[in-house]
Amino acid sequence: MRTASQIAALFTGPQVHRDVYTCPEIYKLEMQHLFANTWVFVGHESQTPKKGDYFTTQIGDQPVIQVRHSDDEIYVLYNRCPHKGTKIAIDREGNTGKFFRCPYHAWSFKTNGCLLAIPLKKGYENTGFEETENAKGMTPVGAVRNYRGFVFARLAAEGIGFEDYFGDSISSIDNMVDRSPEGRLEIAGPPLRYMHKCNWKMLVENQTDTCHPMVAHESSAGTAVNIWKEMGNPEPRPPAMEIIAPFMSPYEFFENMGIRTWPNGHGHTGVHHSIHSDYSAIPGYFEALSATHGKDRAKEILDENRHNTVYFPNIMIKGPIQQLRNFIPLGPDKTLVESYIYRLVGAPDELLARTAMYNRMINAPTSMVGHDDLEMYERAQEGLMSNGMEWVNIQRLKTGDEDFTEEAVENGTTERQMRNQFDAWVKFMTATMEKA
Amino acid sequence: MAISREEVIDFIYDEARMLDEGRFSEWLSLWLEDGHYWMPLDYKQTDPHLVTSLLYEDIFMLRLRVERLNGARTFSQKPKSRCHHVIQRPFIDEMEGDRIVTNTSMHYVETRLDEQFLLALTATHELKVVDGAIRIANKRVDILNCDAAFGNIQLLP
Repeated sequence: MRTASQIAALFTGPQVHRDVYTCPEIYKLEMQHLFANTWVFVGHESQTPKKGDYFTTQIGDQPVIQVRHSDDEIYVLYNRCPHKGTKIAIDREGNTGKFFRCPYHAWSFKTNGCLLAIPLKKGYENTGFEETENAKGMTPVGAVRNYRGFVFARLAAEGIGFEDYFGDSISSIDNMVDRSPEGRLEIAGPPLRYMHKCNWKMLVENQTDTCHPMVAHESSAGTAVNIWKEMGNPEPRPPAMEIIAPFMSPYEFFENMGIRTWPNGHGHTGVHHSIHSDYSAIPGYFEALSATHGKDRAKEILDENRHNTVYFPNIMIKGPIQQLRNFIPLGPDKTLVESYIYRLVGAPDELLARTAMYNRMINAPTSMVGHDDLEMYERAQEGLMSNGMEWVNIQRLKTGDEDFTEEAVENGTTERQMRNQFDAWVKFMTATMEKA
Repeated sequence: MAISREEVIDFIYDEARMLDEGRFSEWLSLWLEDGHYWMPLDYKQTDPHLVTSLLYEDIFMLRLRVERLNGARTFSQKPKSRCHHVIQRPFIDEMEGDRIVTNTSMHYVETRLDEQFLLALTATHELKVVDGAIRIANKRVDILNCDAAFGNIQLLP
């Protein structure tokens, strides 16, 4: 296994070694260290609104259950019976009542994981069973935090705290939730599930890659613009024009849009404006938000047009769209992308309709935009196997040494956020490795 | 002259053949201007608007889809995908006045390079007779495993 210094050597600043995308050993170390030491998104509290409601997912390669306990708090447990390892819940969501019951030998557990009962318990008397870890029940993850409805977990028992980890980056979640007149989001239906034969980090990097839309998406966004012109520029614009056409904006637009990076690998595009800035107003929405916050504050909330906010390691949220994309690693060259949408509680339905439209137009396995993105990732995954060159270049607008412990706002076409992610990658990969 | 049941059934077969032979412009001309092509994401989904679907596309989007397939810089279509529908004889669920509703089971195969996948589908066509010709008013395609994770589905099941 590679040492901490060998891991650190994979990121030089301007370049990153292809092994981070292709090497099974590195992937295994990511699952063991990176996804244990960081705060990883689990789910939204509205996916488990009632006591006994649960939802199954993964943190890295670890199967977990998000469940609402009888104290109304959300717990995150490893999805494994402490007896023989059977997954306790196999469906994606459900309600288990007051306890979980393993379908194999009927061991049962409270919804906070504590062992409740074992049939023929006498058989364990005088065996020393009480001293084992198996007797404790289902294992909870290291730490859980429900931040304004978004549930994050750290697998490791010890490590960086939630506030230190996210810092001011949490303002993007705040802005998304503040857009609800009731200050609350609700999940709207199941997520799109899109399988990618590429490394999970390619997807995360692409979220702040502002030099690809006008190239990779010319076939969809450029064609949309051409058809609209042929039609004589009809108004109101077709929905496709509002959602897809801004991808065709010139480089200058993306340069001026700006990128902000925060410590620990977080960052966002769209500091000054974004492709979401010019959406048409939905009647009644501003009035509803103003009734809660007053006009000035409502305007301030809506003037924030952050495009993609990356929460390191593996989610992206769009505040103005109320969307969250979870890039779930399944292997060095396999990633499941789940794209969720949320209702702004108290806002008109038309907003949610636009959100659902955005999700299917851009992020579905049937999306014309998604098709070209996936094509690029899969070509890169295959191309990186070439021995003609081992290093990937991410040095666009890198002038001199960079200090990622400071927040920074830069030209919107910088690759600084990608470098920021790899800086955090090294930090959390090596935090629990022996220093050699 | 009234449309016969046989003409309705032939129409469904002809539409599938157009897609399989890549005659997309001809296929587009079957549609009425206010039609929608809907592919739900959820099993027995009832609402196309307030939850996500795989597709819910108006004529502008369908036209964009067809023109994109022929574009010079459509990278995910270099090389092009091909598709193949095997369809069961359609049920005619409604046939009254100028409105016809059919329900058709299909197996859909799509291929590109070394990859090929199979989807089991039920297509519901809402058809309308306009000036003596059958047109598509709306089409709904339910994929049997709609809740599974898919790679690219690039053509039209």
